Amino acid sequence: MQSTPHEDEDPTVISLRGATASLGSRPVLRGVDLTVRRGEVVALLGANGSGKSTAVRAVVGQVPLTSGELSLFGTDFKRFRQWSRIGYVPQRTTAAGGVPATVREVVTSGRLTRTRFGILRRADKAAVEHALSLVDMEGHADASVNALSGGQHQRVLIARALAAEPELLIMDEPMAGVDLGNQEVLANAVRRQVEAGTTVLLVLHELGPLEPLIDRAVVLRDGCVTHDGPPPEAVGQHALPGHDHVHPHAAHDAEPLRTGLLS
Amino acid sequence: MGFLNDPFMVRALIAAALVGVTAPAIGTYLVQRRQAIMGDGLGHVAMTGVALGLVTNTSPVWMATLVAVVGAVAMETIRSRGRTSGDVALSLLFYGGLAGGVMIVNLGGSSTSKLLGPMFGSITAVAPEDVTAMALLAAFVLAVALGLRRQLFAVCQDEEFAKVTGLPVRLLNLLIAVTAAVTVTVAMRIVGLLLVSAMMVIPVAAAQRITRGFAATLGLAIGISLTVSLVGTTATYYLNAPSGAAIVLLAIAVFMALTAVSAPLARRRAAASRAAEEVCTRDDVTV
Ligand SMILES: Nc1ncnc2c1ncn2[C@@H]1O[C@H](COP(=O)(O)OP(=O)(O)O)[C@@H](O)[C@H]1O
Ligand SMILES: [Mg+2]
Repeated sequence: MQSTPHEDEDPTVISLRGATASLGSRPVLRGVDLTVRRGEVVALLGANGSGKSTAVRAVVGQVPLTSGELSLFGTDFKRFRQWSRIGYVPQRTTAAGGVPATVREVVTSGRLTRTRFGILRRADKAAVEHALSLVDMEGHADASVNALSGGQHQRVLIARALAAEPELLIMDEPMAGVDLGNQEVLANAVRRQVEAGTTVLLVLHELGPLEPLIDRAVVLRDGCVTHDGPPPEAVGQHALPGHDHVHPHAAHDAEPLRTGLLS
Repeated sequence: MGFLNDPFMVRALIAAALVGVTAPAIGTYLVQRRQAIMGDGLGHVAMTGVALGLVTNTSPVWMATLVAVVGAVAMETIRSRGRTSGDVALSLLFYGGLAGGVMIVNLGGSSTSKLLGPMFGSITAVAPEDVTAMALLAAFVLAVALGLRRQLFAVCQDEEFAKVTGLPVRLLNLLIAVTAAVTVTVAMRIVGLLLVSAMMVIPVAAAQRITRGFAATLGLAIGISLTVSLVGTTATYYLNAPSGAAIVLLAIAVFMALTAVSAPLARRRAAASRAAEEVCTRDDVTV
Protein backbone atom coordinates (compact mmCIF):
# COMPACT_ATOMS: atom_id res chain seq x y z
CA MET A 1 0.00 0.00 0.00
CA GLN A 2 2.74 2.40 1.01
CA SER A 3 4.81 3.38 -1.97
CA THR A 4 8.33 2.05 -1.68
CA PRO A 5 10.91 4.63 -0.68
CA HIS A 6 13.01 5.67 -3.64
CA GLU A 7 16.58 5.27 -2.44
CA ASP A 8 17.91 7.55 -5.13
CA GLU A 9 15.51 10.33 -4.25
CA ASP A 10 16.26 13.24 -1.96
CA PRO A 11 15.43 12.08 1.59
CA THR A 12 14.26 15.57 2.51
CA VAL A 13 10.48 15.62 2.35
CA ILE A 14 9.89 19.17 3.60
CA SER A 15 12.46 21.90 3.37
CA LEU A 16 11.50 25.36 4.54
CA ARG A 17 14.39 27.87 4.61
CA GLY A 18 14.25 31.33 6.13
CA ALA A 19 10.49 31.54 5.66
CA THR A 20 8.77 34.82 6.45
CA ALA A 21 5.05 35.38 6.08
CA SER A 22 2.53 38.01 7.13
CA LEU A 23 -1.17 37.81 7.80
CA GLY A 24 -2.79 41.16 7.29
CA SER A 25 0.04 43.54 8.06
CA ARG A 26 1.35 41.44 10.93
CA PRO A 27 4.56 39.40 10.46
CA VAL A 28 3.68 35.91 11.71
CA LEU A 29 6.68 33.88 10.50
CA ARG A 30 9.99 35.64 10.92
CA GLY A 31 12.63 33.40 9.35
CA VAL A 32 11.54 29.84 10.05
CA ASP A 33 13.74 26.87 9.10
CA LEU A 34 11.99 23.52 9.11
CA THR A 35 13.31 20.30 7.65
CA VAL A 36 11.52 16.97 7.74
CA ARG A 37 13.22 13.87 6.35
CA ARG A 38 11.67 10.70 5.04
CA GLY A 39 10.20 8.54 7.80
CA GLU A 40 10.59 11.17 10.52
CA VAL A 41 7.84 12.18 12.93
CA VAL A 42 8.28 15.85 13.76
CA ALA A 43 6.15 17.74 16.26
CA LEU A 44 5.70 21.48 15.93
CA LEU A 45 5.12 22.96 19.37
CA GLY A 46 4.56 26.43 20.76
CA ALA A 47 2.12 28.64 22.60
CA ASN A 48 -1.14 29.80 21.04
CA GLY A 49 -0.48 32.40 18.38
CA SER A 50 3.19 31.46 17.96
CA GLY A 51 2.65 30.72 14.27
CA LYS A 52 2.33 26.92 14.18
CA SER A 53 -0.74 26.83 11.96
CA THR A 54 0.70 29.49 9.73
CA ALA A 55 3.92 27.51 9.34
CA VAL A 56 2.02 24.37 8.42
CA ARG A 57 -0.25 26.25 6.02
CA ALA A 58 2.84 27.78 4.43
CA VAL A 59 4.24 24.27 3.92
CA VAL A 60 1.12 23.23 2.01
CA GLY A 61 1.10 26.44 0.00
CA GLN A 62 -1.89 28.11 1.65
CA VAL A 63 0.04 31.05 3.07
CA PRO A 64 2.32 32.83 0.60
CA LEU A 65 5.90 33.36 1.73
CA THR A 66 7.16 36.91 1.61
CA SER A 67 10.70 35.53 1.52
CA GLY A 68 12.49 32.24 1.96
CA GLU A 69 12.38 28.95 0.13
CA LEU A 70 10.12 25.94 0.21
CA SER A 71 10.55 22.59 -1.45
CA LEU A 72 8.49 19.42 -1.08
CA PHE A 73 9.89 15.98 -1.93
CA GLY A 74 12.96 17.69 -3.36
CA THR A 75 10.90 19.76 -5.80
CA ASP A 76 10.78 23.54 -5.64
CA PHE A 77 7.29 24.54 -4.49
CA LYS A 78 6.49 26.42 -7.71
CA ARG A 79 6.93 23.25 -9.73
CA PHE A 80 5.43 20.86 -7.17
CA ARG A 81 2.29 19.06 -8.44
CA GLN A 82 2.29 15.70 -6.67
CA TRP A 83 -0.35 16.61 -4.13
CA SER A 84 -1.56 13.05 -3.74
CA ARG A 85 1.65 12.32 -1.80
CA ILE A 86 0.47 14.66 0.97
CA GLY A 87 -2.35 14.07 3.44
CA TYR A 88 -3.42 17.30 5.14
CA VAL A 89 -5.50 17.58 8.29
CA PRO A 90 -6.32 21.26 8.88
CA GLN A 91 -7.00 22.67 12.32
CA ARG A 92 -10.59 21.71 13.02
CA THR A 93 -13.20 24.41 12.83
CA THR A 94 -16.74 24.09 14.07
CA ALA A 95 -18.17 25.76 10.98
CA ALA A 96 -20.46 23.26 9.27
CA GLY A 97 -21.52 23.45 5.64
CA GLY A 98 -25.04 24.51 4.76
CA VAL A 99 -25.93 21.04 3.47
CA PRO A 100 -25.48 17.82 5.45
CA ALA A 101 -22.80 15.37 4.35
CA THR A 102 -22.12 11.81 5.41
CA VAL A 103 -18.86 10.62 6.89
CA ARG A 104 -18.18 8.56 3.77
CA GLU A 105 -18.81 11.53 1.46
CA VAL A 106 -16.31 13.66 3.37
CA VAL A 107 -13.68 10.91 3.44
CA THR A 108 -14.20 10.26 -0.28
CA SER A 109 -13.29 13.88 -1.02
CA GLY A 110 -9.79 13.03 0.22
CA ARG A 111 -9.48 10.30 -2.40
CA LEU A 112 -10.19 12.51 -5.44
CA THR A 113 -6.52 13.36 -5.77
CA ARG A 114 -5.88 9.72 -6.74
CA THR A 115 -8.67 9.57 -9.32
CA ARG A 116 -9.03 10.75 -12.89
CA PHE A 117 -11.84 13.29 -13.20
CA GLY A 118 -13.29 12.17 -9.87
CA ILE A 119 -14.38 8.77 -11.16
CA LEU A 120 -14.13 6.24 -8.33
CA ARG A 121 -12.90 2.79 -9.26
CA ARG A 122 -13.10 -0.23 -7.03
CA ALA A 123 -9.65 0.42 -5.58
CA ASP A 124 -10.68 3.96 -4.67
CA LYS A 125 -13.79 2.79 -2.85
CA ALA A 126 -11.71 0.18 -1.03
CA ALA A 127 -9.21 2.87 0.01
CA VAL A 128 -12.03 4.97 1.44
CA GLU A 129 -13.38 2.04 3.44
CA HIS A 130 -9.85 1.25 4.62
CA ALA A 131 -9.32 4.83 5.75
CA LEU A 132 -12.60 4.67 7.67
CA SER A 133 -11.51 1.48 9.40
CA LEU A 134 -8.11 2.98 10.31
CA VAL A 135 -9.91 5.46 12.57
CA ASP A 136 -12.64 3.04 13.65
CA MET A 137 -15.39 4.96 11.88
CA GLU A 138 -16.70 2.27 9.52
CA GLY A 139 -19.79 1.92 11.72
CA HIS A 140 -20.57 5.62 11.23
CA ALA A 141 -19.94 5.82 7.49
CA ASP A 142 -23.50 6.87 6.68
CA ALA A 143 -23.93 9.20 9.64
CA SER A 144 -24.06 12.94 9.08
CA VAL A 145 -20.78 14.65 10.04
CA ASN A 146 -22.79 17.41 11.72
CA ALA A 147 -24.04 14.88 14.29
CA LEU A 148 -20.57 13.76 15.42
CA SER A 149 -18.70 14.66 18.59
CA GLY A 150 -15.52 16.71 18.32
CA GLY A 151 -13.34 13.63 18.63
CA GLN A 152 -15.27 11.69 16.02
CA HIS A 153 -15.14 14.66 13.68
CA GLN A 154 -11.38 14.79 14.05
CA ARG A 155 -11.19 11.09 13.19
CA VAL A 156 -13.14 11.80 10.01
CA LEU A 157 -10.72 14.55 9.00
CA ILE A 158 -7.80 12.18 9.52
CA ALA A 159 -9.52 9.44 7.51
CA ARG A 160 -10.07 11.98 4.74
CA ALA A 161 -6.32 12.65 4.65
CA LEU A 162 -5.46 8.93 4.82
CA ALA A 163 -7.84 8.07 1.96
CA ALA A 164 -5.20 9.23 -0.52
CA GLU A 165 -2.64 6.85 1.05
CA PRO A 166 -0.17 9.73 1.49
CA GLU A 167 3.56 9.43 2.10
CA LEU A 168 3.55 12.62 4.16
CA LEU A 169 0.89 13.34 6.74
CA ILE A 170 0.56 16.92 7.96
CA MET A 171 -1.78 17.44 10.91
CA ASP A 172 -2.67 20.65 12.72
CA GLU A 173 -3.62 20.01 16.37
CA PRO A 174 -5.22 16.61 15.77
CA MET A 175 -5.75 16.12 19.49
CA ALA A 176 -7.30 19.50 20.30
CA GLY A 177 -10.70 19.18 21.94
CA VAL A 178 -10.58 15.38 21.66
CA ASP A 179 -11.54 13.24 24.66
CA LEU A 180 -9.20 10.52 25.88
CA GLY A 181 -10.97 7.60 24.21
CA ASN A 182 -10.80 9.33 20.85
CA GLN A 183 -7.18 10.38 21.47
CA GLU A 184 -6.26 6.71 21.81
CA VAL A 185 -7.98 5.84 18.54
CA LEU A 186 -6.17 8.68 16.79
CA ALA A 187 -2.82 7.78 18.32
CA ASN A 188 -3.24 4.17 17.16
CA ALA A 189 -4.09 5.30 13.64
CA VAL A 190 -1.03 7.55 13.51
CA ARG A 191 1.18 4.83 14.99
CA ARG A 192 0.16 2.42 12.25
CA GLN A 193 0.97 5.01 9.59
CA VAL A 194 4.37 5.65 11.11
CA GLU A 195 5.11 1.93 11.26
CA ALA A 196 4.26 1.71 7.57
CA GLY A 197 6.88 4.38 6.86
CA THR A 198 4.74 7.51 6.55
CA THR A 199 6.50 10.79 7.29
CA VAL A 200 4.58 12.95 9.78
CA LEU A 201 4.61 16.65 10.63
CA LEU A 202 2.11 17.53 13.30
CA VAL A 203 1.24 20.56 15.35
CA LEU A 204 0.64 19.74 18.98
CA HIS A 205 -0.23 21.80 21.98
CA GLU A 206 1.10 19.14 24.35
CA LEU A 207 2.83 15.89 23.49
CA GLY A 208 0.15 13.61 24.94
CA PRO A 209 -0.35 10.03 23.79
CA LEU A 210 1.70 10.59 20.62
CA GLU A 211 4.87 11.27 22.58
CA PRO A 212 6.51 7.84 22.07
CA LEU A 213 6.25 8.27 18.29
CA ILE A 214 7.93 11.65 18.06
CA ASP A 215 11.51 11.76 16.77
CA ARG A 216 12.06 15.47 16.91
CA ALA A 217 10.35 18.60 18.12
CA VAL A 218 10.50 22.08 16.67
CA VAL A 219 9.32 24.81 19.00
CA LEU A 220 8.05 28.13 17.70
CA ARG A 221 7.80 31.35 19.63
CA ASP A 222 6.53 34.56 18.05
CA GLY A 223 7.24 33.22 14.59
CA CYS A 224 10.81 32.09 15.32
CA VAL A 225 12.22 28.62 15.95
CA THR A 226 13.54 28.45 19.53
CA HIS A 227 14.26 24.72 19.69
CA ASP A 228 14.91 22.02 17.09
CA GLY A 229 15.92 18.65 18.50
CA PRO A 230 14.77 15.90 20.81
CA PRO A 231 11.26 16.35 22.16
CA PRO A 232 11.29 18.39 25.35
CA GLU A 233 11.36 16.13 28.39
CA ALA A 234 7.91 16.18 29.95
CA VAL A 235 7.96 16.42 33.70
CA GLY A 236 5.27 14.42 35.43
CA GLN A 237 3.97 13.31 32.07
CA HIS A 238 1.54 10.41 32.11
CA ALA A 239 3.82 7.91 30.48
CA LEU A 240 1.97 5.72 28.03
CA PRO A 241 -1.54 5.96 26.71
CA GLY A 242 -3.98 3.78 28.54
CA HIS A 243 -2.36 4.02 31.95
CA ASP A 244 -3.73 5.86 34.93
CA HIS A 245 -5.51 8.45 32.91
CA VAL A 246 -7.91 10.70 34.66
CA HIS A 247 -9.99 13.25 32.81
CA PRO A 248 -7.76 14.92 30.20
CA HIS A 249 -8.52 18.47 31.29
CA ALA A 250 -7.94 17.63 34.92
CA ALA A 251 -4.61 16.05 34.02
CA HIS A 252 -3.67 19.11 32.03
CA ASP A 253 -4.53 21.49 34.85
CA ALA A 254 -2.76 19.46 37.50
CA GLU A 255 0.45 18.78 35.66
CA PRO A 256 1.26 20.99 32.72
CA LEU A 257 4.41 20.27 30.73
CA ARG A 258 7.06 22.10 32.69
CA THR A 259 9.64 22.39 30.00
CA GLY A 260 9.74 26.13 29.75
CA LEU A 261 9.50 25.68 26.02
CA LEU A 262 5.77 25.64 25.76
CA SER A 263 4.84 28.61 27.86
CA MET B 1 -55.31 16.60 -19.45
CA GLY B 2 -56.92 19.20 -21.69
CA PHE B 3 -54.15 21.68 -21.10
CA LEU B 4 -51.78 19.47 -23.10
CA ASN B 5 -53.65 20.37 -26.29
CA ASP B 6 -52.23 23.87 -26.15
CA PRO B 7 -48.76 23.91 -27.74
CA PHE B 8 -47.68 26.82 -25.51
CA MET B 9 -48.54 24.70 -22.50
CA VAL B 10 -46.39 21.81 -23.70
CA ARG B 11 -43.49 24.23 -24.07
CA ALA B 12 -44.22 25.68 -20.65
CA LEU B 13 -44.10 22.24 -19.06
CA ILE B 14 -40.83 21.37 -20.79
CA ALA B 15 -39.39 24.66 -19.57
CA ALA B 16 -40.72 23.98 -16.07
CA ALA B 17 -39.06 20.57 -16.01
CA LEU B 18 -35.74 22.10 -17.09
CA VAL B 19 -35.93 24.74 -14.35
CA GLY B 20 -37.09 22.20 -11.81
CA VAL B 21 -34.06 20.01 -12.36
CA THR B 22 -31.35 22.65 -12.86
CA ALA B 23 -32.10 25.19 -10.12
CA PRO B 24 -31.54 22.89 -7.11
CA ALA B 25 -28.75 21.00 -8.93
CA ILE B 26 -26.49 24.05 -8.76
CA GLY B 27 -28.35 25.55 -5.78
CA THR B 28 -27.22 22.73 -3.50
CA TYR B 29 -23.59 23.85 -3.90
CA LEU B 30 -24.49 27.48 -3.28
CA VAL B 31 -26.37 26.52 -0.11
CA GLN B 32 -23.50 24.28 1.01
CA ARG B 33 -21.09 27.20 0.98
CA ARG B 34 -23.73 29.62 2.30
CA GLN B 35 -23.77 31.63 -0.88
CA ALA B 36 -27.46 31.41 -1.66
CA ILE B 37 -27.58 35.17 -2.16
CA MET B 38 -25.58 34.69 -5.34
CA GLY B 39 -28.53 33.30 -7.31
CA ASP B 40 -30.59 36.31 -6.31
CA GLY B 41 -27.87 38.70 -7.37
CA LEU B 42 -27.43 37.01 -10.72
CA GLY B 43 -31.17 37.25 -11.32
CA HIS B 44 -30.98 41.01 -10.78
CA VAL B 45 -27.96 41.37 -13.04
CA ALA B 46 -29.66 39.36 -15.79
CA MET B 47 -32.39 42.03 -15.98
CA THR B 48 -29.96 44.23 -17.87
CA GLY B 49 -29.50 41.41 -20.37
CA VAL B 50 -33.24 40.92 -20.81
CA ALA B 51 -33.67 44.65 -21.40
CA LEU B 52 -30.87 44.69 -23.96
CA GLY B 53 -32.54 41.76 -25.71
CA LEU B 54 -35.92 43.53 -25.80
CA VAL B 55 -34.52 46.81 -27.01
CA THR B 56 -32.21 45.35 -29.67
CA ASN B 57 -34.75 42.73 -30.78
CA THR B 58 -32.37 39.87 -30.08
CA SER B 59 -33.15 36.83 -27.93
CA PRO B 60 -33.66 37.94 -24.31
CA VAL B 61 -32.60 34.47 -23.12
CA TRP B 62 -29.19 34.58 -24.80
CA MET B 63 -28.64 38.23 -23.89
CA ALA B 64 -29.54 37.52 -20.28
CA THR B 65 -27.14 34.55 -20.30
CA LEU B 66 -24.33 36.70 -21.63
CA VAL B 67 -24.83 39.49 -19.09
CA ALA B 68 -25.37 37.08 -16.17
CA VAL B 69 -22.19 35.17 -17.01
CA VAL B 70 -20.20 38.41 -17.07
CA GLY B 71 -21.81 39.32 -13.72
CA ALA B 72 -20.97 35.88 -12.31
CA VAL B 73 -17.31 36.22 -13.22
CA ALA B 74 -17.25 39.65 -11.55
CA MET B 75 -18.97 38.28 -8.43
CA GLU B 76 -16.62 35.34 -8.12
CA THR B 77 -13.65 37.67 -8.47
CA ILE B 78 -15.00 39.87 -5.68
CA ARG B 79 -15.74 36.82 -3.50
CA SER B 80 -12.35 35.20 -3.94
CA ARG B 81 -10.60 38.41 -2.89
CA GLY B 82 -12.49 38.12 0.40
CA ARG B 83 -12.52 41.86 1.03
CA THR B 84 -14.90 43.31 3.57
CA SER B 85 -15.82 45.92 0.98
CA GLY B 86 -17.08 42.99 -1.09
CA ASP B 87 -20.64 43.44 0.17
CA VAL B 88 -20.78 46.96 -1.16
CA ALA B 89 -19.32 45.90 -4.50
CA LEU B 90 -21.93 43.14 -4.77
CA SER B 91 -24.76 45.56 -3.97
CA LEU B 92 -23.59 47.90 -6.70
CA LEU B 93 -23.58 45.00 -9.12
CA PHE B 94 -27.00 43.57 -8.14
CA TYR B 95 -29.02 46.74 -7.98
CA GLY B 96 -27.10 48.36 -10.79
CA GLY B 97 -28.18 45.41 -12.92
CA LEU B 98 -31.84 45.71 -11.98
CA ALA B 99 -32.00 49.50 -12.28
CA GLY B 100 -30.02 49.35 -15.51
CA GLY B 101 -32.51 46.92 -16.99
CA VAL B 102 -35.49 49.11 -16.20
CA MET B 103 -33.73 52.20 -17.52
CA ILE B 104 -32.64 50.55 -20.77
CA VAL B 105 -36.16 49.33 -21.51
CA ASN B 106 -37.58 52.82 -20.96
CA LEU B 107 -34.91 54.60 -22.98
CA GLY B 108 -35.36 52.03 -25.74
CA GLY B 109 -39.00 53.05 -26.04
CA SER B 110 -40.47 49.81 -24.63
CA SER B 111 -42.85 49.58 -21.73
CA THR B 112 -41.56 48.51 -18.33
CA SER B 113 -44.49 46.12 -18.11
CA LYS B 114 -42.65 43.90 -20.59
CA LEU B 115 -40.26 43.10 -17.76
CA LEU B 116 -42.97 41.56 -15.57
CA GLY B 117 -42.86 38.22 -17.40
CA PRO B 118 -39.10 37.79 -17.02
CA MET B 119 -39.31 38.96 -13.40
CA PHE B 120 -42.00 36.58 -12.13
CA GLY B 121 -42.41 33.99 -14.88
CA SER B 122 -45.25 33.36 -17.30
CA ILE B 123 -46.47 30.17 -18.95
CA THR B 124 -47.34 31.92 -22.20
CA ALA B 125 -43.89 33.43 -22.62
CA VAL B 126 -41.98 30.33 -23.70
CA ALA B 127 -41.26 30.70 -27.42
CA PRO B 128 -40.24 27.64 -29.47
CA GLU B 129 -36.70 28.99 -29.86
CA ASP B 130 -36.57 29.51 -26.07
CA VAL B 131 -37.11 25.79 -25.55
CA THR B 132 -34.04 24.98 -27.64
CA ALA B 133 -31.91 27.56 -25.87
CA MET B 134 -33.10 26.41 -22.43
CA ALA B 135 -32.46 22.75 -23.24
CA LEU B 136 -28.89 23.52 -24.32
CA LEU B 137 -28.24 25.66 -21.24
CA ALA B 138 -29.81 23.06 -18.95
CA ALA B 139 -27.61 20.34 -20.44
CA PHE B 140 -24.57 22.42 -19.57
CA VAL B 141 -25.79 23.00 -16.00
CA LEU B 142 -26.43 19.31 -15.42
CA ALA B 143 -23.12 18.25 -16.95
CA VAL B 144 -21.34 20.51 -14.46
CA ALA B 145 -23.52 20.02 -11.37
CA LEU B 146 -23.81 16.24 -11.65
CA GLY B 147 -20.70 15.30 -13.66
CA LEU B 148 -18.34 17.21 -11.39
CA ARG B 149 -20.31 16.61 -8.19
CA ARG B 150 -17.43 15.07 -6.25
CA GLN B 151 -15.03 17.89 -7.11
CA LEU B 152 -17.61 20.60 -6.44
CA PHE B 153 -18.58 18.95 -3.17
CA ALA B 154 -14.94 18.92 -2.06
CA VAL B 155 -14.48 22.59 -2.96
CA CYS B 156 -17.67 23.71 -1.22
CA GLN B 157 -17.07 21.51 1.82
CA ASP B 158 -13.50 22.64 2.61
CA GLU B 159 -11.85 24.93 0.12
CA GLU B 160 -8.40 24.88 1.71
CA PHE B 161 -8.31 21.09 1.89
CA ALA B 162 -9.44 20.89 -1.74
CA LYS B 163 -6.56 23.15 -2.77
CA VAL B 164 -4.07 20.96 -0.93
CA THR B 165 -5.34 17.87 -2.74
CA GLY B 166 -4.43 19.65 -5.98
CA LEU B 167 -7.94 20.33 -7.29
CA PRO B 168 -8.12 23.35 -9.63
CA VAL B 169 -10.15 25.26 -7.05
CA ARG B 170 -10.12 28.65 -8.74
CA LEU B 171 -11.40 27.14 -11.97
CA LEU B 172 -14.08 25.13 -10.17
CA ASN B 173 -15.26 28.23 -8.29
CA LEU B 174 -15.55 30.10 -11.55
CA LEU B 175 -17.46 27.18 -13.03
CA ILE B 176 -19.93 27.23 -10.12
CA ALA B 177 -20.53 30.95 -10.65
CA VAL B 178 -20.97 30.64 -14.40
CA THR B 179 -23.25 27.62 -14.02
CA ALA B 180 -25.40 29.53 -11.52
CA ALA B 181 -25.66 32.36 -14.07
CA VAL B 182 -26.74 29.95 -16.78
CA THR B 183 -29.32 28.42 -14.43
CA VAL B 184 -30.78 31.84 -13.80
CA THR B 185 -31.56 32.27 -17.46
CA VAL B 186 -32.96 28.73 -17.74
CA ALA B 187 -35.36 29.74 -14.98
CA MET B 188 -36.20 33.12 -16.46
CA ARG B 189 -39.30 32.17 -18.49
CA ILE B 190 -41.22 30.07 -15.98
CA VAL B 191 -39.99 31.04 -12.52
CA GLY B 192 -38.76 34.54 -13.22
CA LEU B 193 -35.52 36.32 -12.45
CA LEU B 194 -36.60 37.71 -9.09
CA LEU B 195 -37.81 34.31 -7.86
CA VAL B 196 -35.20 31.99 -9.34
CA SER B 197 -33.07 32.09 -6.23
CA ALA B 198 -35.97 30.63 -4.26
CA MET B 199 -35.84 27.50 -6.40
CA MET B 200 -32.09 27.20 -5.83
CA VAL B 201 -32.55 27.36 -2.07
CA ILE B 202 -36.00 26.24 -0.85
CA PRO B 203 -36.04 22.69 -2.33
CA VAL B 204 -32.56 22.14 -0.85
CA ALA B 205 -33.63 23.45 2.55
CA ALA B 206 -36.74 21.26 2.38
CA ALA B 207 -34.79 18.13 1.39
CA GLN B 208 -32.24 18.47 4.16
CA ARG B 209 -34.99 18.37 6.76
CA ILE B 210 -35.02 14.62 6.28
CA THR B 211 -31.64 13.73 4.69
CA ARG B 212 -28.26 13.09 6.26
CA GLY B 213 -25.98 13.14 3.22
CA PHE B 214 -25.05 15.43 0.37
CA ALA B 215 -25.97 13.16 -2.54
CA ALA B 216 -29.30 12.35 -0.89
CA THR B 217 -30.02 16.05 -0.41
CA LEU B 218 -29.12 16.84 -4.00
CA GLY B 219 -31.34 14.04 -5.33
CA LEU B 220 -34.33 14.81 -3.14
CA ALA B 221 -34.08 18.56 -3.79
CA ILE B 222 -34.21 17.90 -7.54
CA GLY B 223 -37.22 15.62 -7.03
CA ILE B 224 -39.09 18.21 -4.96
CA SER B 225 -38.26 21.04 -7.32
CA LEU B 226 -39.26 19.11 -10.44
CA THR B 227 -42.58 18.17 -8.86
CA VAL B 228 -43.53 21.65 -7.68
CA SER B 229 -42.43 23.20 -10.99
CA LEU B 230 -44.70 20.91 -13.01
CA VAL B 231 -47.61 21.15 -10.57
CA GLY B 232 -47.24 24.92 -10.24
CA THR B 233 -47.11 25.42 -13.99
CA THR B 234 -50.23 23.31 -14.48
CA ALA B 235 -52.05 25.16 -11.70
CA THR B 236 -51.17 28.44 -13.38
CA TYR B 237 -53.01 27.29 -16.52
CA TYR B 238 -56.23 27.41 -14.51
CA LEU B 239 -55.41 30.28 -12.16
CA ASN B 240 -54.00 32.89 -14.54
CA ALA B 241 -51.27 33.96 -12.11
CA PRO B 242 -47.52 34.36 -12.66
CA SER B 243 -46.17 30.80 -12.72
CA GLY B 244 -43.13 31.69 -10.60
CA ALA B 245 -45.31 32.77 -7.70
CA ALA B 246 -47.32 29.53 -7.78
CA ILE B 247 -44.20 27.37 -7.97
CA VAL B 248 -42.39 29.16 -5.16
CA LEU B 249 -45.42 29.04 -2.86
CA LEU B 250 -45.74 25.30 -3.51
CA ALA B 251 -42.05 24.82 -2.68
CA ILE B 252 -42.56 26.68 0.59
CA ALA B 253 -45.53 24.42 1.38
CA VAL B 254 -43.31 21.35 0.82
CA PHE B 255 -40.67 22.88 3.05
CA MET B 256 -43.19 23.39 5.86
CA ALA B 257 -44.63 19.91 5.45
CA LEU B 258 -41.18 18.30 5.66
CA THR B 259 -40.30 20.47 8.64
CA ALA B 260 -43.39 19.18 10.43
CA VAL B 261 -42.52 15.60 9.55
CA SER B 262 -38.87 15.94 10.53
CA ALA B 263 -39.34 17.32 14.05
CA PRO B 264 -40.25 13.95 15.61
CA LEU B 265 -37.53 12.32 13.50
CA ALA B 266 -34.90 14.71 14.86
CA ARG B 267 -36.12 14.14 18.42
CA ARG B 268 -35.75 10.39 18.01
CA ARG B 269 -32.22 10.79 16.61
CA ALA B 270 -31.21 13.08 19.45
CA ALA B 271 -32.53 10.56 21.97
CA ALA B 272 -30.54 7.80 20.25
CA SER B 273 -27.31 9.78 20.39
CA ARG B 274 -27.92 10.65 24.06
CA ALA B 275 -28.26 6.93 24.74
CA ALA B 276 -24.94 6.34 22.97
CA GLU B 277 -23.25 8.92 25.18
CA GLU B 278 -24.57 7.25 28.30
CA VAL B 279 -22.81 4.07 27.30
CA CYS B 280 -19.54 6.00 27.03
CA THR B 281 -19.73 7.52 30.51
CA ARG B 282 -20.53 4.16 32.03
CA ASP B 283 -17.36 2.81 30.39
CA ASP B 284 -15.37 5.60 31.94
CA VAL B 285 -16.59 4.76 35.40
CA THR B 286 -15.57 1.14 35.18
CA VAL B 287 -11.96 1.97 34.19
N1 LIG C 1 -6.22 35.55 9.04
C1 LIG C 1 -5.42 36.19 9.91
N2 LIG C 1 -5.24 37.52 9.81
C2 LIG C 1 -4.42 38.18 10.68
N3 LIG C 1 -3.74 37.60 11.66
C3 LIG C 1 -3.88 36.26 11.81
C4 LIG C 1 -4.73 35.49 10.95
N4 LIG C 1 -4.65 34.19 11.34
C5 LIG C 1 -3.81 34.17 12.39
N5 LIG C 1 -3.35 35.39 12.69
C6 LIG C 1 -2.39 35.74 13.74
O1 LIG C 1 -1.17 35.11 13.44
C7 LIG C 1 -0.57 34.61 14.61
C8 LIG C 1 -0.21 33.17 14.43
O2 LIG C 1 -1.37 32.43 14.24
P1 LIG C 1 -1.34 30.86 14.14
O3 LIG C 1 -0.34 30.45 13.12
O4 LIG C 1 -2.74 30.42 13.91
O5 LIG C 1 -0.86 30.42 15.58
P2 LIG C 1 -0.91 29.02 16.30
O6 LIG C 1 -1.39 28.00 15.32
O7 LIG C 1 0.47 28.78 16.75
O8 LIG C 1 -1.85 29.18 17.45
C9 LIG C 1 -1.55 34.85 15.75
O9 LIG C 1 -1.11 35.93 16.49
C10 LIG C 1 -2.85 35.17 15.06
O10 LIG C 1 -3.55 36.11 15.82
MG1 LIG D 1 -3.13 26.81 15.27
